[in-house]
Amino acid sequence: MSAISCRSVCKVFGEGQKRVTALDNVSLDIADGEFVTFVGASGCGKSTLLRILAGLETQSAGTIRAGAALVVGPGADRAMVFQDYSLYPWLTVIGNIKFPRQLAAHTRDRTSADVESASGRADALLRLMGLSHVAHAYPSQLSGGMQQRVAIARALMTRPRLLLMDEPFGALDAQTREVMHDLILHVSALEACTVLFVTHDVEEAIYLGRRVILMAPRPGRVDSIYDVPLPAERVLTMKYTPEFLALRFQILERIRETSGLRTDLGLLQRLSQ
Amino acid sequence: MSQSSVWKIRGWMSQRNYWILAAVGLAVPLAGWTVLTLLGSVSRVFLPGPIDVLQRVGTWFSDDRLLDDIAISSFRVTAGWALSALVAMPLGLLIGNFRVMQALFEPLTDFVRYMPAVAFIPLVMLWVGIDEAAKVAIIFIGTFFQMVLMVAEDVRRVPMAQIEAAQTMGATRCEVIEKVIVPSAKPALLDTLRITMGWAWTYLVVAELVAANSGLGYAIIKAQRFLQTDKIFAGIILIGTIGLAMDQTFRFIHRRAFPYLHVRS
Repeated sequence: MSAISCRSVCKVFGEGQKRVTALDNVSLDIADGEFVTFVGASGCGKSTLLRILAGLETQSAGTIRAGAALVVGPGADRAMVFQDYSLYPWLTVIGNIKFPRQLAAHTRDRTSADVESASGRADALLRLMGLSHVAHAYPSQLSGGMQQRVAIARALMTRPRLLLMDEPFGALDAQTREVMHDLILHVSALEACTVLFVTHDVEEAIYLGRRVILMAPRPGRVDSIYDVPLPAERVLTMKYTPEFLALRFQILERIRETSGLRTDLGLLQRLSQ
Repeated sequence: MSQSSVWKIRGWMSQRNYWILAAVGLAVPLAGWTVLTLLGSVSRVFLPGPIDVLQRVGTWFSDDRLLDDIAISSFRVTAGWALSALVAMPLGLLIGNFRVMQALFEPLTDFVRYMPAVAFIPLVMLWVGIDEAAKVAIIFIGTFFQMVLMVAEDVRRVPMAQIEAAQTMGATRCEVIEKVIVPSAKPALLDTLRITMGWAWTYLVVAELVAANSGLGYAIIKAQRFLQTDKIFAGIILIGTIGLAMDQTFRFIHRRAFPYLHVRS
């Protein structure tokens, strides 16, 4: 069974003159345990699709199933990691990670054994994400990279089947980002969860994804899907292999073609005169 | 470090220098005031000296029941403000969270808040009467409508990502409000309470126009009738001092209640 399957999903924003088709007839199947990345020119609807899968937006038409269940609104089986500002500044790192435990969805029918396993889980996640030494710090005291580690740990707290990531490393510097790449690959393999990862960085998309789904704008749609010809176990040096570079070139070229944007050479020439 | 760093936009200054400058900022007008009255170039009726004002505070305290005036005025201000907070907090929370409530109440509130509180005095006397309730009502009218809009804005400023993160963790609508929106907005809400408390004090004189026979505002109005300029000064300065003390109390609570906003990384 697929971890997630979309059938003819459409999304229309606005009404009347301002009507915009954000997604047009998107059908997708993502296998259990797969790491899939989404790229595309801005306006291609990749973030919208992710938000619909999370249940934060409702599709205008089509059906989505997570496992066997129809997706109708947010659920703890589909955790989301945002680019920024999603941590709770009034809670410490450990408080943030344990936050789901404050919610009825995770405390109903809870036994004392569950409570123990939950705090064990929080500690395990702290160690896994390298956060033990800052467990009692507030998010504002952490660097951007550390903050995103907390956000990922919190998302994993409830053992979601699906981890949805919306440009989670978009605000980080290049070096921190590389460290986070290896971390998220390691963690997702360990946790055996399916990851859907939206990014505008093609290199990131290829390095992380088993498959790269390229979306195109106006209207937002799935344009093409690329299998990444790299071993499952990724290492940094693979970024310099011919396969990697060829795929990167191919995807970038296709994004350029679908974006509808071109450098206005005529204008540049006139400006330089 | 160049000597111009204090003039840098949003530049830095040591705590010590800050407080020295703050003291200078207070001392210079005070000194100017003293000199002006000591020179005798201005009539005492127009401008009483600082000593006169201090003496007036003394006789007010010993002969004119100053503490009673302070107590009753503080009660009126606090009661009107607290009552308005009691209604504005839940209403603002609803307006900030739900479009339906926003459409129903926000344009209406925006309209009413431009109406001058003073103009409501005859109506308040007609509807509420002329006793304590009337004074509290004026202060309520003066602060409530502003407060509702500020609370709604505080609630709306909670980052959407914080809300959506809770939703994807399985939080219900009530849980999102109770465990994310309210705690996230709390510091801003406390600031709103602090600022509106200041506004409540500014309505005191207006409120004590209504058949009062006690209070700082009433004392100022009465002093005007008898041309006791020093008492007007004393009343104004007392109101300012009480307001400043309350403001500092709010700031102290803010630092205590929200340590995460005051930590250094």
